Amino acid sequence: MTQDFTITAFTENHIGLLNRITSIFTRRHLNIESLNTSESQIRGIHRFTIVTNTTEDTVKKVVLQLEKQVEIVKAVYHLDDETVFQEIVLFKVSVEKAAEHNLVERLIRDKNARILSVEQDFMIIEKTGHKVENDELLEFLKPFGLIDYVKSGRVSLIKLDEELKDLQKLLAEGEQPTNTSN
Amino acid sequence: MEAVLTKPTAQKVKTSGADAVLQSLVAEEASLVFGYPGGAIMPVYDALYHYQEQIKHVLTRHEQGAIHAAQGYARATGEVGVVMATSGPGATNLITGIADAMIDSTPLVCITGQVASPLLGTDAFQETDIISISMPVTKWNIQVTKAEDIPGAIAKAFYIAKSGRPGPVLIDITKDAQFNELEFEYEKCEAIRSYRPVPEVDSSQVAKAAELINQAKKPFVLFGQGVILGEAEAEFKAFIEKAGLPSAWTLLGLSALPTEHPLNVGMLGMHGNYGPNKLTNECDVLIAVGMRFDDRVTGKLSEYAKQAKVVHLDIDPAEISKNVKVDAPVLGNCKESLTQLTALINRNSHLEWLERFRELDLIEQNQVINEELNPNSEALTMGEVINRINKETDGDAVLVTDVGQHQMVACRYTQFKQTKSNITSGGLGTMGFCLPAAIGAKLGVPNREVIAVIGDGGFQMTIQELGTIFQTEAAVKIVVLNNSFLGMVRQWQQLFFDKRYSSTELVNPDFVRIAEGYGIKGKSIDSRDDLDGAIKEMIAHEGSYLLEVHVGKEDNVFPMVPTGASVSDVRLS
Repeated sequence: MTQDFTITAFTENHIGLLNRITSIFTRRHLNIESLNTSESQIRGIHRFTIVTNTTEDTVKKVVLQLEKQVEIVKAVYHLDDETVFQEIVLFKVSVEKAAEHNLVERLIRDKNARILSVEQDFMIIEKTGHKVENDELLEFLKPFGLIDYVKSGRVSLIKLDEELKDLQKLLAEGEQPTNTSN
Repeated sequence: MEAVLTKPTAQKVKTSGADAVLQSLVAEEASLVFGYPGGAIMPVYDALYHYQEQIKHVLTRHEQGAIHAAQGYARATGEVGVVMATSGPGATNLITGIADAMIDSTPLVCITGQVASPLLGTDAFQETDIISISMPVTKWNIQVTKAEDIPGAIAKAFYIAKSGRPGPVLIDITKDAQFNELEFEYEKCEAIRSYRPVPEVDSSQVAKAAELINQAKKPFVLFGQGVILGEAEAEFKAFIEKAGLPSAWTLLGLSALPTEHPLNVGMLGMHGNYGPNKLTNECDVLIAVGMRFDDRVTGKLSEYAKQAKVVHLDIDPAEISKNVKVDAPVLGNCKESLTQLTALINRNSHLEWLERFRELDLIEQNQVINEELNPNSEALTMGEVINRINKETDGDAVLVTDVGQHQMVACRYTQFKQTKSNITSGGLGTMGFCLPAAIGAKLGVPNREVIAVIGDGGFQMTIQELGTIFQTEAAVKIVVLNNSFLGMVRQWQQLFFDKRYSSTELVNPDFVRIAEGYGIKGKSIDSRDDLDGAIKEMIAHEGSYLLEVHVGKEDNVFPMVPTGASVSDVRLS
């Protein structure tokens, strides 16, 4: 059975690492549904948040392959209910059409969206939420002069604290010399 | 003189990036480097001129030759192989060897020159993005654009290449970084915080593995190159001897245990021995040590050892349950985990079970081996040639093979007495590997006899390296088993493609005359009467020697597990 998994990888900030990460997916003919990178709570360590739709057996192997990379400290995977996550969509909507249908108020009140900018001809609406609600809003806006839109990748935090503690421990251990004759 | 010797070495000295490359190599005790110069790496080659005392550079005839030579060197010595090449085509010519080293876990440091940093991304002359190209086939790679980053990058490269599960790394150094100056200081790398090369041995998993082995009635050990890379040959032998465990080898595990050891039951996989393949599907506990369940070993996975509990000892966590589901995973260096495991297992002999292997050996002996080694056919067989070489070398030679029928036959019939004696391209199956790898091996272990057994196809893929033999006087003994076919492909065409021999027949040149052109003594034979004498002459000859043996054109290698078949469906004919 395939389902959405969120993979979180904590890494060094190394040029080309993104390439190394994506090639692990490419090799297995796996699609990356969304990808986000940012700094992390630990200074100098970056986090990649990757959503992929596959089987648990495959995601396990992918995570081990990720962790095998020299510059990846730790990689984990989670199901949706083990994380808190959000995505952002920006919509460009015709001001004229929006006014006609009295959209602004409905958007803010019913859909939890906000207006970021209003220009002469168009306005930019921001909606943050789960993919399903964001897509609902997209469908809602389509008949009302939707000019353009863009979606972000998923950002997600893991509910349990264990991973972060483990990460700090791994980093501390990693500073210790290993026997190179292995 | 005394003053020179006691001079503090930690002092910072201003020097060029190119000089720093050489000083770093000296600090890593890399005394032999294989390579090929070109525009973007000229500053390093210029600096090399001043280091001829400390670093010997072997000029090959092609960058692919250089990297295979470095692989041969690394596999024969256990040390890191070092390769240098220029940017663009020089760097891309390394790729096959890098991929080969990656899949066969060979420690290599590849240093490539790159166009000057202001030219990066401009499609400059001989510019390729070798970092992106090599990424999926390197354990690690880095581009250095500043001279001061060179020592640190090289220190990390050696550490990463050698530690944990070894592999190839690549450092791409821009030409301006080679020219620019830095204050040189070298510190060996001993740790990288994001990298844990050797997982700790979990004693609870060791206990679980020991319990499975102690309860087993039909335990069966599969050993791979991990035993050699972990320098755990003695620990492995003690382990199997304590519990009387029949043990079979993967292509790269070969020579970790002497061929004649009573518990060595032979080769696994597609052209492996009859007993180990058949009994894989009869054993009750399968114990894999430093091997990765390659598809050439397992055959059809869904019918592979389904009846058995699986114990897997490996240094790489990503190998656990990758192909075969594991019941007791024991991570860590097998030198350590085997010691712990041996302490917990009971003494046993499993004589009846071992007898099952012997029974099947007898079947293979009668149906395959006797005819291969003492043929009734007029044409020579590959097996009898290998058998004669065994007699002459007494199992002490380093065997280097290429890819194909001769490789399977040579690995099946060569007798080994010591470890690190079998060098072949296993995972990638790179034709053209043998000749340069044999040169690297011979230069690495000059006191050992190095025999390159090679097919007429693979020989011509890197035949230009005869020039490297000529120049270095590396006394490699080359045995070309010539059947005027790409034999393994032809065998498959015969068995699975109704004998449609599409583009597999070779019209070959006079190999002996070619060798003579390179100052290499050669001889060509096609009759049994000449075989003994020719091999004796080859072994007795001091320098390199080429012996071409014409063998049966359409001989096949058996046993064989056809692709997609179960290992227990291994065919004898």
